[in-house]
Amino acid sequence: MAQNLQAVGSVTPSQPQSQLDADAGQAYFDHVMAEDSRIEPRDWMPDAYRRTLVRQISQHAHSEIIGMQPEANWISRAPSLKRKAILMAKVQDEAGHGLYLYSAAETLGTSRDEMMGQLVAGKARYSSIFNYPTVTWADMGAIGWMVDGAAICNQVPLCRASYGPYGRAMVRVCKEESFHQRQGFEILLELANGNPAQKQMAQDAVNRWYAPSLMMFGPPDDDSPNSKQSMAWNIKRFSNDELRSRFVGMMAEQVRVLGLSLPDPEVRFNEDTKTWEHGPLDWEEFKQVLAGRGPCNAQRLERRRQAHDDGGWVREAATAYAAKMAAKNEAAA
Amino acid sequence: MIPTGSQPSQAQAGSLAGVGPSTGSQPSQAQAGSLAGVGPSTGSQPSQAQAGSLAGVGPASATRITPGNALRPEDIALEVQRGEAKPSEDVGEYALRLGDDALILAQRLGHWISRAPELEEDVALGNIALDQLGHARSLLTYAGAAWGKTEDELAYFRREPEFRSAHLFEQPNGDFAVTIVRQFIVSYYQYELYRRLTASTDATVAAIAAKAVKEVDYHRDHSAQWVLRLALGTDESRSRLLAGLRLLWPYVGELFEDDALTARLGDAAVAPSSMRADFDRLTNEVLTEAEIDVPDVPSALGGGRRGQHSEHLGYILAEMQVLAREYPGASW
Repeated sequence: MAQNLQAVGSVTPSQPQSQLDADAGQAYFDHVMAEDSRIEPRDWMPDAYRRTLVRQISQHAHSEIIGMQPEANWISRAPSLKRKAILMAKVQDEAGHGLYLYSAAETLGTSRDEMMGQLVAGKARYSSIFNYPTVTWADMGAIGWMVDGAAICNQVPLCRASYGPYGRAMVRVCKEESFHQRQGFEILLELANGNPAQKQMAQDAVNRWYAPSLMMFGPPDDDSPNSKQSMAWNIKRFSNDELRSRFVGMMAEQVRVLGLSLPDPEVRFNEDTKTWEHGPLDWEEFKQVLAGRGPCNAQRLERRRQAHDDGGWVREAATAYAAKMAAKNEAAA
Repeated sequence: MIPTGSQPSQAQAGSLAGVGPSTGSQPSQAQAGSLAGVGPSTGSQPSQAQAGSLAGVGPASATRITPGNALRPEDIALEVQRGEAKPSEDVGEYALRLGDDALILAQRLGHWISRAPELEEDVALGNIALDQLGHARSLLTYAGAAWGKTEDELAYFRREPEFRSAHLFEQPNGDFAVTIVRQFIVSYYQYELYRRLTASTDATVAAIAAKAVKEVDYHRDHSAQWVLRLALGTDESRSRLLAGLRLLWPYVGELFEDDALTARLGDAAVAPSSMRADFDRLTNEVLTEAEIDVPDVPSALGGGRRGQHSEHLGYILAEMQVLAREYPGASW
């Protein structure tokens, strides 16, 4: 797409930044935004756009990586071999998503090591919902159905994000997420049609994950300072509240198929505004968890840090070996 | 050199505009699983075919090694139901041994997911665990047909002495070097085993082996590359690898012990001792390149095939079986 726009002024997007006049760069960027086209890694872009993307994409990558933990918690205890296989595969997919996203962020000039360093140093954010514990098997269903469901609502519009590598990474991520959501729904459906204890387990999980999953869309629109700029940059396409409403509608329809209920008597479709509405959310709890006071914040970070530290000698060995082989090949050449 | 158990996908690298370091690509196993309602059909599977089917509703066969005719546990269960596959008790017992090895190893390897030294290894070890779990499911499904039991009845409702895993598979993960040494021994052993079993006179065993051998070949590649990296990387990695070899080599002997069952089975099975020379030769090639001598350690008395296990198995089963046993008869 970018190639089609090379006629704008004298700017060619493939020129290195150093040769670009900032005004021409800005003109090209503005044109891309106006055309709703795509910015590619070598194109000129405003520093703030770059910073915003690095922050958003790395937070997304961190969320995938930290998000492996609550589900990995049940791999060893999955109650059937089929479920074990599916869960293992799902958590493995999340590692893959983290990889695509770190790679997309790297195109903006920040290395994966640096981003990982920020994460283990506790200086980077990730989705707060992963700071809640997975206490029963039904949580595997609720996470798939609700948490991945919310992620899909958030991420499908990101497939059209103005930054090319991010949008393309999201295409693949979303396709896999939709399977994750279906497997979560299937777990809950099986439990809801199981014995009374299983059905109770499913309802309890839905009750616990409902509010945190609604809060995944971020603060209400009137309290979301960054949203406006992100929308102007064609990164964000819909407001937090729009996406949340859409998600509530999905849940409200699907929960009936499960034969379970949402723990919110105020969920309803407003015929006047044609949107789904929900009851009040505890934003104070959201801020507490975001500030590090969730049930599992310290545990999640410590596990990541420990894996990183324990693996240090392995990464050093791989690097040393690669250097030795390169030297050997060079000597032979 | 392929850094992980999975094959890199050109299509995928391309989709990220060829940016950043290449990320070990990985098939979406969950996709195959949740779509067809089956477990993963493959682990070490290129995602090329899958990329094509990612329109959202691709067929489950998209992640199979041999699209269209790879054997899934569900296929075996169906054959059993129809009376098309029925193992003798001896074959059932033999499949139980192989299936338990794979199941216990999958349980061990699964623990690495979210704890590996690098994200690529979370993916690679996860892939290998999935492959092993897939083999276990097929083998246990078939074994169960000898006694009218399902894979889950065998996995979740047998007691410790009823398991048939060899001690090597039960050994703790240890550090990454210990896990790699265990993988190195296991994958070279399983490759020789499955390669020969493709000629088993039992058609189902042969079919399971034909699928497994392709996957285990990738596991060999993964483990051999890591043996070289760790042996020739740094002083620390070398000493950890050597410690791992000394720790686990005593359990090699049990894998190659013949007994009355393997003698009775004849060409339906493989005489374990007949694989030893190839195993020694091929592992030696890697160890020689790694500038390592085969550890000079005595063989440990095994007994796993007779239900005499290491101290570790009880804990593995306690964790694996806890939920299923809390709700016997429940469907999941």
